[in-house]
Amino acid sequence: MSSDTALRADALGKRFGLRGGWALRDCSFRLPAGRVCAVVGPNGAGKSTLLALAAGLTVPTEGSVTVLGTTPAAARPRVGYVAQDKPLYPQLTIAETLRMGADLNPGRWDAAGAEQVVAGGDLDPGARVRSLSGGQRTRVALALALGKRPELLLLDEPMADLDPLARHELMGTLMAQAAQYGTTIAMSSHVVAELEDSCDHLLLVGGGRIRLAGEIDDLLAAHLRVTGAGTPDALDAHTVVESRVTGRQLTALIRPAGALGDDWRTATPSLEELVLAHLRNPAAPALTAAGDAEDAATARNEEHAA
Amino acid sequence: MVEYRIDRHSGVATYVQIVQQTKQALRMGLLRPGDRLPTAREVVEATAINPNTVLKAYRELEREGLVEARRGLGTFVRRSLGTGPADSPLRTELEAWADRARAAGLEREDVAALFTAVLDQHFQGDPT
Repeated sequence: MSSDTALRADALGKRFGLRGGWALRDCSFRLPAGRVCAVVGPNGAGKSTLLALAAGLTVPTEGSVTVLGTTPAAARPRVGYVAQDKPLYPQLTIAETLRMGADLNPGRWDAAGAEQVVAGGDLDPGARVRSLSGGQRTRVALALALGKRPELLLLDEPMADLDPLARHELMGTLMAQAAQYGTTIAMSSHVVAELEDSCDHLLLVGGGRIRLAGEIDDLLAAHLRVTGAGTPDALDAHTVVESRVTGRQLTALIRPAGALGDDWRTATPSLEELVLAHLRNPAAPALTAAGDAEDAATARNEEHAA
Repeated sequence: MVEYRIDRHSGVATYVQIVQQTKQALRMGLLRPGDRLPTAREVVEATAINPNTVLKAYRELEREGLVEARRGLGTFVRRSLGTGPADSPLRTELEAWADRARAAGLEREDVAALFTAVLDQHFQGDPT
């Protein structure tokens, strides 16, 4: 591998049309190779734009995106991308679609792997793509992307059309790919729970900006859910993402800047709580830990070695 | 070989669930020294969890001296755990005790609470 960073954005911005609004602005983050990254955010947050920029399908208005150590265009043979609408040729059969994948990816096509993904859905290789359901098309599109044996896999809402059984099975297939080949995967969803167990890295996109970026364990460890008696100014020493007063009780999600007093009850938030708190409070400062991520990873490894 | 079952609503971290289920299998004699644990690929294909979660659990088991990773071969059990395989004398005594508890009119929750209280008293401060 030419680089330990799979995907990197520097002050990345994208505006559609001269007078259009910014779909994405001032985005900087680094996704280390070998991670499975959840790209999470509400509809219209900029997730699809971000993935399309990484896939090289659209060009940045400002800033830059680096993919596998090079430009998105140069990296394309090593990147698999499945767009939200799963574009395929409707008149081709499944078998023809896979043969096209083999022809387009000489030297790296994994025919057995691609066929296995299709076989998991009990699909007739002779069926035309036009006749497939949404979930079946997703399966064929994923087979095409996985057959390429990519180093980086970009998936835009991959699970949206799938029933729970197919979702679990295909997520298992993706995780197996990551385990065996060290494939970096970035996949978007607006449902956090769907990705929570499968991902170890998070990119939270909101309002065209990166709100949270980093290892999920580190992000959770950097926050506390606190409950106690008091007014919001009692937490002024810390970064308060969200706070609410009910009667005499104050409930807040904070990034502690030091020790808290004994009169607060604290707990680690769940990933969903963390994400929702940041989305409900657009003014809360972002945490993207671009430089700290490596230190944290080193510290974790040392902890395991000890 | 063991199969892991991940309960996402248990509130227990996923890697801890794998550690606990492996230890349980060691205690029950379902896994014995020399047995191979499933590969990370096998576990994640079946459970759809992140591969690093499995590796983290295996590192923890290795740190405790229960398993060892052999490069290119897999992760193998080094030693079993506890003295209580399914048919040990301790289990027989516990069975008899549970019978007496039931005969004395205790409900399942009463028995569980009693057992937990005694465990807490005897294993205070031990890592779980």
